[in-house]
Amino acid sequence: MSGERHDGENGIEVRGLVRDFKGGVRAVDGIDLSVAPGEIYGFLGPNGAGKSTTVLVLTTLLPPTSGTATVAGLDVARQGPEVRRAIGASLQESALDPFLTGREHMRLQASLHGIDRAETDRRGTELLARVGLTNAADRKVGGYSGGMKRRLDLALALVHGPRLLFLDEPTTGLDPQSRAALWEEVRRLAGEGVTVFLTTQYLEEADVLADRVGIIDKGKIVAEGTPAELKAAIGRPSVEAIPQDPGDTARLREVLHRFGEEAAASPKGVAARLPEGVGDLAEIVRAIDAEGIPIADLRLHTPTLDDVFLAKTGRSLEGGADEDSEAEEQAGDEVPAQA
Amino acid sequence: MSSSLVNQIRALARRSTLKTLRQPFQLFPIIFFPVILLAVNASGLKAVVNLPGFPTDSYISFAIAVAFIQGAMFSLINTGTNLAEDIENGFFNRLALTPLRRVSLIAGLLVGVAILGAMQSAVYMLIGLIAGAHLDAGFGGVIVVLILGSLTAVAFGAIGCAAALRTGSGEAVQGLFPLFFMFIFLSSSNLPRNLLTTGWFHTVATWNPVSYLIEAFRSLYIFGWDGAALVRGFAVAFGILGLALIAVDRTMRTRMQRT
Repeated sequence: MSGERHDGENGIEVRGLVRDFKGGVRAVDGIDLSVAPGEIYGFLGPNGAGKSTTVLVLTTLLPPTSGTATVAGLDVARQGPEVRRAIGASLQESALDPFLTGREHMRLQASLHGIDRAETDRRGTELLARVGLTNAADRKVGGYSGGMKRRLDLALALVHGPRLLFLDEPTTGLDPQSRAALWEEVRRLAGEGVTVFLTTQYLEEADVLADRVGIIDKGKIVAEGTPAELKAAIGRPSVEAIPQDPGDTARLREVLHRFGEEAAASPKGVAARLPEGVGDLAEIVRAIDAEGIPIADLRLHTPTLDDVFLAKTGRSLEGGADEDSEAEEQAGDEVPAQA
Repeated sequence: MSSSLVNQIRALARRSTLKTLRQPFQLFPIIFFPVILLAVNASGLKAVVNLPGFPTDSYISFAIAVAFIQGAMFSLINTGTNLAEDIENGFFNRLALTPLRRVSLIAGLLVGVAILGAMQSAVYMLIGLIAGAHLDAGFGGVIVVLILGSLTAVAFGAIGCAAALRTGSGEAVQGLFPLFFMFIFLSSSNLPRNLLTTGWFHTVATWNPVSYLIEAFRSLYIFGWDGAALVRGFAVAFGILGLALIAVDRTMRTRMQRT
């Protein structure tokens, strides 16, 4: 975990953050994290891990039970109004009024931020164009698709020109095209110097989009670093071969052992870890061919963030978190609107 | 950059009004339910004008007052349901993330309710006029009906806000409707209090604040300018509003915990 301090105006610093709810539920359990200005920070974890509660605290919607957090150099517990002026947020759901149009949403949001009418119209038009909603701007939001709602949500979060942007599971439920479009927009914002704090339960999203990733489980950060660092820390890639004839399994194992120690494999396969990386792959194929062993399947397995999560928690991130979701859902009963 | 209180209230009042006007299923009962009840009561109870001591020979003029209270009850349900939906779908959090002041949120909602309250009162007056109700207080009475109708809607709307903030559930708010509707039936809605001969009913109607709201509207239709009835009606409306706002303030502090 990074111990650097970022005193820049766009960073986030969290030390020992705790958030308890009624009934002794501890949704966030003493987390430390630092986000550098202009960075895309991916906060990855299963449902109920504490991601949304952390976002609610960092966006001032929930006071912390203990610990400190500064956002844009401002204390979230003591400088709530200032923090809210500095940040934009798109929370877990597309929180929109189905009876208002996209343009009316922009006007309402801008009015509440104290932006005058002329500037509101200029920014509204610009942002709606930026997120590709110019043609739908005067339609009621109730008729928007999920992707359109998410894009409008993002535009609303940007209306006052925030220095930091919080995106809580921004692509949940979106189709691949809408997801890719949103990723592109997030990258563009980061390129413009906006710090992005992004929660997600999608491994691919964190891997592809985030400069650094924090993995949270049961309210604690279990790993933090760049995706490459995290994956490298848990081991080298492995290769798995499945013989056409199960009788060749022993000979295949012997061939693979020349290249590295045995690794976990499927019931019909044999696998070896590759200490020299994927560079050995061509040589492995030649060696198997030289032994005359017919192969049904050959797979290269590189570590994923799910492997990182598995290594740190003993559970898989994908589909293995339902039992933990209960704590944060219970906590949500006490949270103002959503957690 | 700081948003002024007035701009915040104006923006939220506009949104509140638009939201209701764009939901026909919310507007329909506001207009038709009181009118249908009025029609049913007027046809079924018109003979009561012959009772000794009944204050008018036009039952429509007597009964139209109830429509304003029924409309206000719908304000309770609609305002509360709309706010609860905002809480449920996260729109409330969106608002909380802006420099919006707590007071602006509720004031914006209630200004919207006040506008709609005046509009629905105008509709009831028009329907009453078509049905033959006579507003004895004349043009000045029209203004007072609009103001009192608006104020009553705001008072009940504030109760809806408190319920929404407390429960965060549209269904829970809607569950209040039968409870509050009982107040109308247990009031002087169908007969003047002096003609309620059943002892317990007379007592309940006398203690029921809704009786005084109804009698304030009714006084303008039947008696012209009855200062005592108007003072009691406005006092009850302000009293309900005051108590509801205290409840709103308390529930808002729990619901909006932002730092």
